[in-house]
Amino acid sequence: MASYSAEIIQRIQKKAQELRKDIISMIARAGSGHPGGSLSAIDIIACLYYQHMQIRPQEPGWDHRDRFVLSKGHCCPALYSVLADLGYFPRHELKHLRKVGSKLQGHPDMHKTPGVDMTTGSLGQGLSVGLGMALGATVQARKFGVYVMLGCGEINEGQVWEAAMAAAHFKADNLTAILDYNGLQIDGTNDEVMSLGDVAGKWKAFGWNVLEIDGHNIPAILSALEAAGNTSGRPSILIAKTIKGKGVSFMEDRFDWHGQRITEEQESLALRELQQEV
Amino acid sequence: MATARAIRDAFAESLVELGKVNKKVVVLDADLAHCSRTSWFAKEYPERFFNAGIAEQNMVGMAAGLATTGLIPFAHTFGFLFSSRALDQVRTSICYPKLNVKLAGGYSGLSNPPDGATHHSICDLAIMRSLPNMTVISVSGDTQTEQAVTAAAEHQGPVYLRLARTECPLSCKKQDFKIGRAVEHCSYGDDVAIIATGLALANAIKAAELLLDNGIQAEVMEIHTLKPIDSQAILDLSARTKAVVTVEEHSIIGGLGGAVAELLSEGPCVPLERVGIRDTFTESGTTYEALIEKYGLAPSDIIEAVERVLKRR
Repeated sequence: MASYSAEIIQRIQKKAQELRKDIISMIARAGSGHPGGSLSAIDIIACLYYQHMQIRPQEPGWDHRDRFVLSKGHCCPALYSVLADLGYFPRHELKHLRKVGSKLQGHPDMHKTPGVDMTTGSLGQGLSVGLGMALGATVQARKFGVYVMLGCGEINEGQVWEAAMAAAHFKADNLTAILDYNGLQIDGTNDEVMSLGDVAGKWKAFGWNVLEIDGHNIPAILSALEAAGNTSGRPSILIAKTIKGKGVSFMEDRFDWHGQRITEEQESLALRELQQEV
Repeated sequence: MATARAIRDAFAESLVELGKVNKKVVVLDADLAHCSRTSWFAKEYPERFFNAGIAEQNMVGMAAGLATTGLIPFAHTFGFLFSSRALDQVRTSICYPKLNVKLAGGYSGLSNPPDGATHHSICDLAIMRSLPNMTVISVSGDTQTEQAVTAAAEHQGPVYLRLARTECPLSCKKQDFKIGRAVEHCSYGDDVAIIATGLALANAIKAAELLLDNGIQAEVMEIHTLKPIDSQAILDLSARTKAVVTVEEHSIIGGLGGAVAELLSEGPCVPLERVGIRDTFTESGTTYEALIEKYGLAPSDIIEAVERVLKRR
Protein backbone atom coordinates (compact mmCIF):
# COMPACT_ATOMS: atom_id res chain seq x y z
CA MET A 1 0.00 0.00 0.00
CA ALA A 2 1.27 3.41 -0.90
CA SER A 3 1.74 5.70 2.01
CA TYR A 4 0.62 9.21 1.52
CA SER A 5 3.00 11.98 2.39
CA ALA A 6 2.06 14.51 5.03
CA GLU A 7 2.10 17.05 2.24
CA ILE A 8 -0.55 15.25 0.20
CA ILE A 9 -2.73 14.73 3.24
CA GLN A 10 -2.46 18.33 4.36
CA ARG A 11 -3.17 19.57 0.88
CA ILE A 12 -6.43 17.62 0.73
CA GLN A 13 -7.40 18.60 4.25
CA LYS A 14 -6.82 22.24 3.48
CA LYS A 15 -8.63 21.96 0.18
CA ALA A 16 -11.66 20.29 1.79
CA GLN A 17 -11.86 23.08 4.30
CA GLU A 18 -11.80 25.70 1.55
CA LEU A 19 -14.46 23.78 -0.36
CA ARG A 20 -16.67 23.76 2.74
CA LYS A 21 -16.70 27.55 2.54
CA ASP A 22 -17.76 27.38 -1.11
CA ILE A 23 -20.53 24.95 -0.19
CA ILE A 24 -21.88 27.25 2.53
CA SER A 25 -21.76 30.37 0.37
CA MET A 26 -23.24 28.61 -2.64
CA ILE A 27 -26.22 27.29 -0.70
CA ALA A 28 -26.69 30.58 1.16
CA ARG A 29 -26.81 32.49 -2.10
CA ALA A 30 -29.14 29.93 -3.72
CA GLY A 31 -31.60 30.34 -0.89
CA SER A 32 -32.06 26.57 -0.61
CA GLY A 33 -30.04 23.39 -0.78
CA HIS A 34 -28.57 20.62 1.29
CA PRO A 35 -25.66 21.68 3.47
CA GLY A 36 -25.63 18.79 5.96
CA GLY A 37 -24.88 15.97 3.55
CA SER A 38 -22.63 18.13 1.37
CA LEU A 39 -20.40 18.80 4.36
CA SER A 40 -20.36 15.15 5.43
CA ALA A 41 -19.36 14.05 1.92
CA ILE A 42 -16.76 16.63 0.98
CA ASP A 43 -13.66 14.99 2.49
CA ILE A 44 -14.36 11.82 0.54
CA ILE A 45 -15.12 13.65 -2.71
CA ALA A 46 -11.93 15.68 -2.26
CA CYS A 47 -9.87 12.49 -1.83
CA LEU A 48 -11.37 11.10 -5.03
CA TYR A 49 -10.84 14.17 -7.19
CA TYR A 50 -7.57 15.55 -5.82
CA GLN A 51 -5.75 12.28 -5.44
CA HIS A 52 -7.36 9.01 -6.32
CA MET A 53 -9.27 9.29 -9.60
CA GLN A 54 -7.71 9.50 -13.05
CA ILE A 55 -9.33 12.56 -14.58
CA ARG A 56 -8.65 15.32 -17.07
CA PRO A 57 -10.47 18.51 -16.08
CA GLN A 58 -9.67 20.02 -19.48
CA GLU A 59 -11.21 17.00 -21.19
CA PRO A 60 -14.32 16.11 -19.16
CA GLY A 61 -15.47 13.47 -21.66
CA TRP A 62 -12.12 11.63 -21.77
CA ASP A 63 -13.09 8.01 -22.49
CA HIS A 64 -10.69 6.49 -20.03
CA ARG A 65 -11.44 8.73 -17.06
CA ASP A 66 -12.57 7.26 -13.78
CA ARG A 67 -16.26 7.94 -13.19
CA PHE A 68 -17.96 9.38 -10.15
CA VAL A 69 -21.69 9.02 -9.62
CA LEU A 70 -23.15 11.11 -6.84
CA SER A 71 -26.16 8.93 -6.21
CA LYS A 72 -27.14 11.17 -3.31
CA GLY A 73 -27.52 13.91 -5.87
CA HIS A 74 -28.88 16.52 -3.48
CA CYS A 75 -25.36 16.92 -2.13
CA CYS A 76 -24.17 18.30 -5.46
CA PRO A 77 -22.87 21.54 -3.91
CA ALA A 78 -19.95 19.42 -2.66
CA LEU A 79 -19.30 18.10 -6.16
CA TYR A 80 -19.80 21.50 -7.80
CA SER A 81 -17.29 23.10 -5.45
CA VAL A 82 -14.68 20.53 -6.48
CA LEU A 83 -15.42 20.73 -10.20
CA ALA A 84 -15.22 24.52 -10.15
CA ASP A 85 -11.96 24.44 -8.25
CA LEU A 86 -10.50 21.98 -10.76
CA GLY A 87 -11.54 24.19 -13.66
CA TYR A 88 -14.32 22.14 -15.21
CA PHE A 89 -16.25 25.41 -15.30
CA PRO A 90 -15.59 28.93 -14.05
CA ARG A 91 -15.89 29.52 -10.32
CA HIS A 92 -18.39 32.33 -10.80
CA GLU A 93 -20.96 29.72 -11.88
CA LEU A 94 -21.21 28.73 -8.23
CA LYS A 95 -23.10 31.94 -7.66
CA HIS A 96 -25.89 30.73 -9.92
CA LEU A 97 -26.69 27.45 -8.20
CA ARG A 98 -30.40 26.62 -8.51
CA LYS A 99 -31.09 29.75 -10.57
CA VAL A 100 -32.93 29.82 -13.91
CA GLY A 101 -30.54 29.27 -16.79
CA SER A 102 -27.73 28.03 -14.56
CA LYS A 103 -25.26 25.26 -15.37
CA LEU A 104 -25.72 24.19 -11.78
CA GLN A 105 -29.05 22.51 -11.22
CA GLY A 106 -30.51 21.64 -7.85
CA HIS A 107 -29.52 18.06 -8.61
CA PRO A 108 -26.68 17.03 -10.94
CA ASP A 109 -27.29 17.19 -14.68
CA MET A 110 -24.58 15.55 -16.79
CA HIS A 111 -25.41 17.68 -19.82
CA LYS A 112 -25.59 21.04 -18.11
CA THR A 113 -22.55 20.71 -15.85
CA PRO A 114 -19.14 19.81 -17.29
CA GLY A 115 -17.54 17.09 -15.18
CA VAL A 116 -20.75 15.53 -13.92
CA ASP A 117 -20.62 11.91 -15.07
CA MET A 118 -24.24 11.05 -14.39
CA THR A 119 -27.53 12.79 -13.85
CA THR A 120 -28.93 11.89 -10.44
CA GLY A 121 -31.38 13.22 -7.92
CA SER A 122 -34.12 10.68 -7.48
CA LEU A 123 -32.54 8.53 -4.81
CA GLY A 124 -31.50 4.93 -5.17
CA GLN A 125 -30.51 4.90 -8.82
CA GLY A 126 -26.79 5.65 -8.89
CA LEU A 127 -25.42 2.27 -7.93
CA SER A 128 -27.24 0.58 -10.80
CA VAL A 129 -25.86 3.18 -13.20
CA GLY A 130 -22.38 2.80 -11.74
CA LEU A 131 -22.64 -0.94 -12.27
CA GLY A 132 -23.62 -0.35 -15.89
CA MET A 133 -20.60 1.93 -16.32
CA ALA A 134 -18.33 -0.68 -14.77
CA LEU A 135 -19.69 -3.39 -17.08
CA GLY A 136 -19.30 -0.98 -19.98
CA ALA A 137 -15.61 -0.70 -19.11
CA THR A 138 -15.25 -4.47 -19.03
CA VAL A 139 -17.09 -5.03 -22.33
CA GLN A 140 -14.83 -2.51 -24.04
CA ALA A 141 -11.65 -3.59 -22.26
CA ARG A 142 -11.15 -0.21 -20.67
CA LYS A 143 -9.46 0.20 -17.35
CA PHE A 144 -11.41 2.95 -15.69
CA GLY A 145 -12.87 2.62 -12.22
CA VAL A 146 -16.33 3.71 -11.13
CA TYR A 147 -17.08 5.33 -7.78
CA VAL A 148 -20.62 5.72 -6.51
CA MET A 149 -21.46 7.72 -3.42
CA LEU A 150 -24.60 6.68 -1.57
CA GLY A 151 -26.34 8.36 1.32
CA CYS A 152 -27.29 6.31 4.37
CA GLY A 153 -30.94 7.30 4.12
CA GLU A 154 -30.74 6.47 0.44
CA ILE A 155 -30.11 2.81 1.11
CA ASN A 156 -33.73 2.58 2.28
CA GLU A 157 -34.41 2.35 -1.45
CA GLY A 158 -34.90 -1.22 -2.67
CA GLN A 159 -33.13 -0.56 -5.95
CA VAL A 160 -29.85 -0.13 -4.08
CA TRP A 161 -30.08 -3.73 -2.95
CA GLU A 162 -30.99 -4.94 -6.42
CA ALA A 163 -27.81 -3.27 -7.59
CA ALA A 164 -25.84 -4.66 -4.66
CA MET A 165 -26.91 -8.18 -5.60
CA ALA A 166 -26.18 -7.63 -9.28
CA ALA A 167 -22.75 -6.04 -8.78
CA ALA A 168 -21.59 -9.06 -6.80
CA HIS A 169 -23.17 -11.40 -9.36
CA PHE A 170 -21.27 -9.71 -12.17
CA LYS A 171 -18.06 -9.62 -10.08
CA ALA A 172 -17.73 -5.92 -10.78
CA ASP A 173 -14.40 -5.30 -9.07
CA ASN A 174 -13.98 -2.03 -10.96
CA LEU A 175 -16.93 -0.65 -8.99
CA THR A 176 -16.50 0.99 -5.60
CA ALA A 177 -19.43 2.29 -3.58
CA ILE A 178 -18.93 4.77 -0.79
CA LEU A 179 -21.59 5.08 1.87
CA ASP A 180 -21.70 8.52 3.45
CA TYR A 181 -22.89 7.15 6.76
CA ASN A 182 -23.80 10.23 8.75
CA GLY A 183 -26.69 8.47 10.45
CA LEU A 184 -29.28 11.12 9.65
CA GLN A 185 -31.97 11.54 7.04
CA ILE A 186 -34.68 14.13 6.49
CA ASP A 187 -37.09 13.03 9.18
CA GLY A 188 -34.57 12.09 11.85
CA THR A 189 -31.92 9.51 12.62
CA ASN A 190 -31.74 6.37 10.50
CA ASP A 191 -32.94 4.39 13.50
CA GLU A 192 -35.97 6.59 13.98
CA VAL A 193 -36.94 6.60 10.33
CA MET A 194 -35.86 3.17 9.07
CA SER A 195 -33.35 1.12 11.00
CA LEU A 196 -30.41 0.11 8.86
CA GLY A 197 -29.31 -2.63 11.24
CA ASP A 198 -25.93 -4.20 10.58
CA VAL A 199 -24.96 -2.20 7.53
CA ALA A 200 -21.53 -3.76 7.08
CA GLY A 201 -22.95 -7.22 7.61
CA LYS A 202 -25.59 -6.63 4.96
CA TRP A 203 -23.09 -5.60 2.31
CA LYS A 204 -20.84 -8.51 3.25
CA ALA A 205 -23.80 -10.87 2.93
CA PHE A 206 -24.43 -9.48 -0.55
CA GLY A 207 -20.88 -10.48 -1.47
CA TRP A 208 -19.10 -7.16 -1.28
CA ASN A 209 -15.65 -6.35 0.03
CA VAL A 210 -16.44 -4.05 2.95
CA LEU A 211 -14.07 -1.43 4.34
CA GLU A 212 -15.18 0.54 7.37
CA ILE A 213 -13.51 3.88 7.82
CA ASP A 214 -13.77 7.34 9.33
CA GLY A 215 -15.06 9.40 6.43
CA HIS A 216 -13.26 12.52 7.61
CA ASN A 217 -9.85 10.89 8.00
CA ILE A 218 -8.00 11.67 4.77
CA PRO A 219 -5.31 8.97 4.98
CA ALA A 220 -7.94 6.39 5.93
CA ILE A 221 -10.09 7.33 2.95
CA LEU A 222 -7.14 7.23 0.55
CA SER A 223 -5.94 3.88 1.83
CA ALA A 224 -9.41 2.38 1.63
CA LEU A 225 -9.88 3.62 -1.94
CA GLU A 226 -6.61 2.02 -2.86
CA ALA A 227 -7.49 -1.23 -1.13
CA ALA A 228 -10.82 -1.26 -2.98
CA GLY A 229 -8.99 -0.79 -6.27
CA ASN A 230 -6.75 -3.75 -5.51
CA THR A 231 -9.62 -6.10 -4.79
CA SER A 232 -10.49 -8.56 -7.50
CA GLY A 233 -13.56 -10.63 -8.21
CA ARG A 234 -16.02 -8.52 -6.22
CA PRO A 235 -17.11 -4.94 -5.76
CA SER A 236 -16.03 -2.92 -2.73
CA ILE A 237 -17.84 -0.53 -0.48
CA LEU A 238 -16.34 2.00 1.88
CA ILE A 239 -18.68 2.41 4.80
CA ALA A 240 -17.54 5.86 5.80
CA LYS A 241 -18.72 7.06 9.19
CA THR A 242 -19.27 10.75 8.85
CA ILE A 243 -20.82 13.69 10.65
CA LYS A 244 -23.65 15.52 8.95
CA GLY A 245 -22.78 19.21 8.71
CA LYS A 246 -19.13 18.45 9.53
CA GLY A 247 -17.04 21.57 10.08
CA VAL A 248 -19.81 23.97 11.07
CA SER A 249 -20.58 23.56 14.75
CA PHE A 250 -24.21 24.58 14.65
CA MET A 251 -24.93 22.22 11.76
CA GLU A 252 -23.06 19.18 13.00
CA ASP A 253 -25.11 16.08 13.64
CA ARG A 254 -28.39 17.94 13.21
CA PHE A 255 -30.94 16.37 10.87
CA ASP A 256 -32.71 19.69 10.37
CA TRP A 257 -29.65 20.83 8.44
CA HIS A 258 -30.34 18.18 5.80
CA GLY A 259 -32.02 20.71 3.61
CA GLN A 260 -32.38 24.21 4.90
CA ARG A 261 -31.85 27.77 3.86
CA ILE A 262 -28.71 29.40 5.24
CA THR A 263 -29.27 32.97 6.39
CA GLU A 264 -26.64 35.66 5.86
CA GLU A 265 -25.89 35.65 9.54
CA GLN A 266 -25.49 31.88 9.63
CA GLU A 267 -23.30 32.06 6.55
CA SER A 268 -20.87 34.50 8.12
CA LEU A 269 -20.82 32.54 11.34
CA ALA A 270 -20.07 29.35 9.43
CA LEU A 271 -17.42 30.99 7.26
CA ARG A 272 -15.72 32.42 10.35
CA GLU A 273 -15.54 29.00 11.93
CA LEU A 274 -14.21 27.42 8.77
CA GLN A 275 -11.68 30.21 8.33
CA GLN A 276 -10.27 29.58 11.77
CA GLU A 277 -9.88 25.91 11.06
CA VAL A 278 -8.06 26.54 7.79
CA MET B 1 -45.64 -13.21 -48.42
CA ALA B 2 -43.24 -14.60 -45.89
CA THR B 3 -44.50 -16.91 -43.17
CA ALA B 4 -45.82 -14.84 -40.31
CA ARG B 5 -43.46 -14.84 -37.41
CA ALA B 6 -44.18 -13.80 -33.88
CA ILE B 7 -42.97 -10.29 -33.25
CA ARG B 8 -40.73 -11.49 -30.44
CA ASP B 9 -38.97 -13.85 -32.85
CA ALA B 10 -38.46 -11.07 -35.34
CA PHE B 11 -37.15 -8.88 -32.53
CA ALA B 12 -34.68 -11.48 -31.34
CA GLU B 13 -33.44 -12.30 -34.83
CA SER B 14 -32.90 -8.62 -35.56
CA LEU B 15 -30.89 -8.22 -32.38
CA VAL B 16 -28.62 -11.08 -33.36
CA GLU B 17 -28.11 -9.52 -36.80
CA LEU B 18 -27.51 -6.12 -35.29
CA GLY B 19 -25.05 -7.57 -32.80
CA LYS B 20 -23.05 -8.99 -35.68
CA VAL B 21 -22.57 -5.66 -37.44
CA ASN B 22 -22.54 -3.33 -34.46
CA LYS B 23 -20.27 -4.33 -31.61
CA LYS B 24 -21.62 -1.53 -29.49
CA VAL B 25 -24.96 -3.24 -29.13
CA VAL B 26 -25.44 -4.90 -25.75
CA VAL B 27 -28.60 -6.59 -24.51
CA LEU B 28 -30.16 -6.83 -21.08
CA ASP B 29 -33.11 -8.82 -19.90
CA ALA B 30 -34.83 -9.33 -16.57
CA ASP B 31 -35.17 -13.10 -16.34
CA LEU B 32 -37.28 -13.16 -19.49
CA ALA B 33 -34.59 -14.01 -21.99
CA HIS B 34 -36.41 -17.14 -23.04
CA CYS B 35 -39.76 -15.38 -23.45
CA SER B 36 -38.26 -12.52 -25.42
CA ARG B 37 -35.74 -14.73 -27.21
CA THR B 38 -32.94 -12.37 -26.20
CA SER B 39 -31.38 -15.70 -25.20
CA TRP B 40 -30.51 -16.00 -28.91
CA PHE B 41 -28.35 -12.89 -28.62
CA ALA B 42 -26.91 -14.20 -25.34
CA LYS B 43 -25.88 -17.40 -27.08
CA GLU B 44 -24.09 -15.57 -29.88
CA TYR B 45 -22.56 -12.79 -27.80
CA PRO B 46 -22.43 -13.89 -24.16
CA GLU B 47 -19.99 -11.11 -23.27
CA ARG B 48 -22.49 -8.52 -24.45
CA PHE B 49 -25.53 -9.91 -22.68
CA PHE B 50 -26.57 -9.21 -19.09
CA ASN B 51 -29.37 -10.96 -17.32
CA ALA B 52 -30.32 -8.61 -14.53
CA GLY B 53 -32.63 -11.05 -12.83
CA ILE B 54 -36.10 -10.07 -11.68
CA ALA B 55 -35.02 -6.53 -10.91
CA GLU B 56 -36.24 -4.18 -13.60
CA GLN B 57 -35.31 -0.96 -11.83
CA ASN B 58 -31.71 -2.05 -11.55
CA MET B 59 -31.72 -3.28 -15.14
CA VAL B 60 -32.84 0.13 -16.40
CA GLY B 61 -30.10 1.79 -14.35
CA MET B 62 -27.50 -0.64 -15.67
CA ALA B 63 -28.63 0.11 -19.22
CA ALA B 64 -28.20 3.82 -18.52
CA GLY B 65 -24.69 3.26 -17.17
CA LEU B 66 -23.72 1.12 -20.15
CA ALA B 67 -24.99 3.85 -22.48
CA THR B 68 -22.78 6.47 -20.81
CA THR B 69 -19.76 4.47 -21.96
CA GLY B 70 -20.83 4.66 -25.60
CA LEU B 71 -22.58 1.31 -25.87
CA ILE B 72 -26.10 0.89 -27.29
CA PRO B 73 -28.12 -1.12 -24.78
CA PHE B 74 -31.35 -2.85 -25.73
CA ALA B 75 -33.17 -3.82 -22.55
CA HIS B 76 -36.19 -6.07 -22.53
CA THR B 77 -38.92 -6.77 -20.05
CA PHE B 78 -42.70 -6.73 -20.15
CA GLY B 79 -44.08 -3.40 -21.31
CA PHE B 80 -45.94 -2.69 -18.10
CA LEU B 81 -42.78 -3.20 -16.05
CA PHE B 82 -40.88 -0.49 -17.90
CA SER B 83 -43.81 1.88 -17.78
CA SER B 84 -44.84 1.21 -14.21
CA ARG B 85 -42.34 -0.50 -11.94
CA ALA B 86 -39.22 1.02 -13.46
CA LEU B 87 -40.82 4.27 -14.53
CA ASP B 88 -38.78 6.58 -12.32
CA GLN B 89 -35.60 4.90 -13.52
CA VAL B 90 -36.73 5.35 -17.12
CA ARG B 91 -37.56 8.98 -16.41
CA THR B 92 -34.57 10.01 -14.31
CA SER B 93 -31.75 7.78 -15.49
CA ILE B 94 -32.64 7.52 -19.19
CA CYS B 95 -35.00 10.20 -20.49
CA TYR B 96 -33.75 13.19 -18.53
CA PRO B 97 -30.08 12.57 -19.40
CA LYS B 98 -31.20 11.53 -22.91
CA LEU B 99 -29.17 8.35 -22.80
CA ASN B 100 -28.99 6.09 -25.79
CA VAL B 101 -31.02 3.22 -24.36
CA LYS B 102 -33.62 1.19 -26.23
CA LEU B 103 -36.37 -0.28 -24.07
CA ALA B 104 -38.17 -3.17 -25.68
CA GLY B 105 -41.50 -3.69 -23.94
CA GLY B 106 -42.60 -7.23 -24.63
CA TYR B 107 -45.98 -8.94 -24.44
CA SER B 108 -47.70 -5.60 -24.78
CA GLY B 109 -51.38 -4.89 -25.08
CA LEU B 110 -53.39 -8.07 -24.61
CA SER B 111 -50.82 -10.25 -26.34
CA ASN B 112 -50.31 -12.40 -23.26
CA PRO B 113 -53.99 -13.27 -22.86
CA PRO B 114 -54.19 -15.87 -20.10
CA ASP B 115 -52.01 -14.02 -17.59
CA GLY B 116 -54.64 -11.37 -17.07
CA ALA B 117 -54.69 -7.75 -15.99
CA THR B 118 -51.40 -7.78 -14.07
CA HIS B 119 -49.57 -8.75 -17.24
CA HIS B 120 -51.48 -6.81 -19.86
CA SER B 121 -49.73 -3.58 -20.86
CA ILE B 122 -52.50 -1.18 -21.70
CA CYS B 123 -51.13 2.09 -20.32
CA ASP B 124 -47.53 1.91 -21.53
CA LEU B 125 -47.95 4.12 -24.59
CA ALA B 126 -49.63 6.86 -22.57
CA ILE B 127 -46.94 6.82 -19.92
CA MET B 128 -43.98 6.62 -22.26
CA ARG B 129 -45.39 9.27 -24.54
CA SER B 130 -45.52 11.73 -21.66
CA LEU B 131 -41.79 11.52 -20.99
CA PRO B 132 -39.68 14.26 -22.58
CA ASN B 133 -36.91 12.98 -24.89
CA MET B 134 -38.60 9.62 -25.37
CA THR B 135 -39.31 8.20 -28.81
CA VAL B 136 -42.23 5.76 -28.77
CA ILE B 137 -42.66 3.09 -31.42
CA SER B 138 -45.39 0.47 -31.57
CA VAL B 139 -44.90 -2.20 -34.21
CA SER B 140 -47.53 -4.05 -36.18
CA GLY B 141 -45.65 -6.85 -37.83
CA ASP B 142 -42.52 -8.93 -38.01
CA THR B 143 -40.89 -7.15 -40.92
CA GLN B 144 -41.60 -3.83 -39.33
CA THR B 145 -40.07 -5.07 -36.08
CA GLU B 146 -36.80 -5.71 -37.90
CA GLN B 147 -36.91 -2.25 -39.40
CA ALA B 148 -37.77 -0.69 -36.07
CA VAL B 149 -34.91 -2.41 -34.27
CA THR B 150 -32.48 -1.15 -36.90
CA ALA B 151 -33.96 2.34 -36.81
CA ALA B 152 -33.90 2.42 -33.01
CA ALA B 153 -30.23 1.48 -33.00
CA GLU B 154 -29.45 4.24 -35.48
CA HIS B 155 -31.49 6.81 -33.58
CA GLN B 156 -29.49 8.70 -30.95
CA GLY B 157 -31.50 8.80 -27.72
CA PRO B 158 -34.05 6.87 -25.70
CA VAL B 159 -36.56 4.69 -27.52
CA TYR B 160 -39.48 2.67 -26.21
CA LEU B 161 -40.24 -0.13 -28.62
CA ARG B 162 -43.59 -1.75 -28.00
CA LEU B 163 -43.52 -5.41 -28.93
CA ALA B 164 -46.02 -8.22 -28.71
CA ARG B 165 -46.02 -11.90 -28.13
CA THR B 166 -48.67 -12.95 -30.57
CA GLU B 167 -47.98 -14.15 -34.05
CA CYS B 168 -48.75 -11.15 -36.07
CA PRO B 169 -51.16 -11.42 -38.93
CA LEU B 170 -49.24 -8.79 -40.85
CA SER B 171 -46.15 -10.27 -42.31
CA CYS B 172 -46.90 -7.89 -45.07
CA LYS B 173 -44.80 -6.43 -47.79
CA LYS B 174 -41.91 -4.38 -46.68
CA GLN B 175 -42.90 -0.75 -46.46
CA ASP B 176 -40.49 2.06 -45.93
CA PHE B 177 -39.94 2.63 -42.27
CA LYS B 178 -38.88 5.92 -40.87
CA ILE B 179 -39.24 6.94 -37.25
CA GLY B 180 -42.00 9.54 -37.04
CA ARG B 181 -43.43 8.84 -40.48
CA ALA B 182 -47.00 7.54 -40.91
CA VAL B 183 -47.62 4.62 -43.26
CA GLU B 184 -50.53 4.51 -45.67
CA HIS B 185 -52.14 1.07 -45.89
CA CYS B 186 -55.43 1.09 -47.78
CA SER B 187 -56.74 4.09 -49.61
CA TYR B 188 -60.19 3.04 -50.63
CA GLY B 189 -61.47 6.57 -50.40
CA ASP B 190 -62.00 9.68 -48.35
CA ASP B 191 -65.12 8.72 -46.40
CA VAL B 192 -63.35 8.09 -43.13
CA ALA B 193 -59.84 7.83 -41.72
CA ILE B 194 -58.98 4.78 -39.66
CA ILE B 195 -55.74 5.43 -37.84
CA ALA B 196 -54.22 2.42 -36.13
CA THR B 197 -51.08 1.34 -34.33
CA GLY B 198 -49.50 -1.98 -33.42
CA LEU B 199 -51.26 -5.28 -33.77
CA ALA B 200 -54.62 -3.50 -33.97
CA LEU B 201 -53.67 -2.42 -37.49
CA ALA B 202 -54.66 -5.85 -38.82
CA ASN B 203 -58.24 -5.47 -37.63
CA ALA B 204 -58.34 -1.90 -38.88
CA ILE B 205 -57.46 -3.15 -42.36
CA LYS B 206 -60.06 -5.93 -42.11
CA ALA B 207 -62.68 -3.40 -41.05
CA ALA B 208 -61.82 -1.15 -43.98
CA GLU B 209 -62.27 -4.08 -46.34
CA LEU B 210 -65.63 -4.99 -44.81
CA LEU B 211 -66.77 -1.37 -44.92
CA LEU B 212 -66.50 -1.47 -48.70
CA ASP B 213 -69.52 -3.79 -48.66
CA ASN B 214 -71.44 -1.06 -46.85
CA GLY B 215 -70.37 1.43 -49.45
CA ILE B 216 -67.95 3.19 -47.12
CA GLN B 217 -64.52 3.87 -48.50
CA ALA B 218 -61.95 4.29 -45.79
CA GLU B 219 -58.31 5.15 -45.70
CA VAL B 220 -56.21 3.25 -43.18
CA MET B 221 -53.14 4.99 -41.84
CA GLU B 222 -50.65 3.37 -39.53
CA ILE B 223 -48.94 5.38 -36.86
CA HIS B 224 -46.06 3.21 -35.69
CA THR B 225 -44.30 6.14 -34.06
CA LEU B 226 -46.51 7.68 -31.41
CA LYS B 227 -43.81 10.15 -30.59
CA PRO B 228 -42.69 12.13 -32.44
CA ILE B 229 -46.05 11.67 -34.14
CA ASP B 230 -46.58 12.47 -37.81
CA SER B 231 -48.84 15.44 -37.12
CA GLN B 232 -48.92 16.64 -40.67
CA ALA B 233 -50.06 13.32 -42.12
CA ILE B 234 -52.78 12.98 -39.49
CA LEU B 235 -54.02 16.54 -39.92
CA ASP B 236 -54.03 16.28 -43.72
CA LEU B 237 -55.93 13.02 -43.65
CA SER B 238 -58.40 14.35 -41.08
CA ALA B 239 -59.04 17.45 -43.16
CA ARG B 240 -59.66 15.27 -46.18
CA THR B 241 -61.95 12.67 -44.58
CA LYS B 242 -63.59 14.88 -41.94
CA ALA B 243 -64.10 11.81 -39.74
CA VAL B 244 -61.49 9.87 -37.79
CA VAL B 245 -61.44 6.59 -35.91
CA THR B 246 -58.36 5.51 -33.95
CA VAL B 247 -57.65 1.88 -33.16
CA GLU B 248 -55.17 0.57 -30.63
CA GLU B 249 -54.63 -2.30 -28.25
CA HIS B 250 -54.23 0.15 -25.40
CA SER B 251 -56.33 2.35 -23.16
CA ILE B 252 -58.27 5.01 -25.02
CA ILE B 253 -56.57 7.44 -22.65
CA GLY B 254 -53.22 8.84 -23.65
CA GLY B 255 -52.21 6.42 -26.38
CA LEU B 256 -52.88 6.81 -30.10
CA GLY B 257 -56.44 7.98 -29.52
CA GLY B 258 -55.23 10.48 -26.98
CA ALA B 259 -52.47 11.71 -29.25
CA VAL B 260 -54.83 12.17 -32.19
CA ALA B 261 -57.39 13.92 -29.96
CA GLU B 262 -54.65 16.32 -28.83
CA LEU B 263 -53.76 17.06 -32.43
CA LEU B 264 -57.35 17.53 -33.57
CA SER B 265 -58.05 19.83 -30.63
CA GLU B 266 -55.62 22.25 -32.22
CA GLY B 267 -56.49 21.44 -35.81
CA PRO B 268 -59.57 20.95 -37.98
CA CYS B 269 -62.88 20.45 -36.23
CA VAL B 270 -63.36 16.77 -37.05
CA PRO B 271 -65.27 14.14 -35.06
CA LEU B 272 -63.16 11.39 -33.57
CA GLU B 273 -64.03 7.96 -32.18
CA ARG B 274 -61.45 6.05 -30.21
CA VAL B 275 -61.42 2.26 -30.36
CA GLY B 276 -59.38 0.83 -27.52
CA ILE B 277 -59.66 -0.46 -24.00
CA ARG B 278 -62.19 1.73 -22.26
CA ASP B 279 -60.41 2.69 -19.04
CA THR B 280 -60.76 -0.66 -17.38
CA PHE B 281 -58.49 -3.40 -16.12
CA THR B 282 -58.71 -6.38 -18.39
CA GLU B 283 -59.11 -10.04 -17.53
CA SER B 284 -57.62 -13.38 -18.48
CA GLY B 285 -58.68 -15.12 -21.63
CA THR B 286 -57.78 -18.40 -23.25
CA THR B 287 -57.17 -16.84 -26.61
CA TYR B 288 -56.08 -13.48 -27.90
CA GLU B 289 -59.14 -13.30 -30.12
CA ALA B 290 -61.45 -13.78 -27.14
CA LEU B 291 -59.98 -10.74 -25.44
CA ILE B 292 -60.00 -8.68 -28.59
CA GLU B 293 -63.70 -9.38 -28.84
CA LYS B 294 -64.43 -8.79 -25.17
CA TYR B 295 -62.67 -5.42 -25.11
CA GLY B 296 -64.17 -4.15 -28.32
CA LEU B 297 -61.22 -4.28 -30.71
CA ALA B 298 -62.69 -6.60 -33.33
CA PRO B 299 -63.37 -5.48 -36.92
CA SER B 300 -67.07 -5.25 -36.08
CA ASP B 301 -66.29 -2.79 -33.27
CA ILE B 302 -64.24 -0.67 -35.63
CA ILE B 303 -67.07 -0.71 -38.15
CA GLU B 304 -69.50 0.46 -35.46
CA ALA B 305 -67.13 3.25 -34.50
CA VAL B 306 -66.96 4.29 -38.15
CA GLU B 307 -70.75 4.37 -38.34
CA ARG B 308 -70.90 6.47 -35.17
CA VAL B 309 -68.30 8.93 -36.35
CA LEU B 310 -69.98 9.34 -39.73
CA LYS B 311 -73.24 10.22 -38.00
CA ARG B 312 -71.43 12.93 -36.09
CA ARG B 313 -69.85 14.45 -39.16
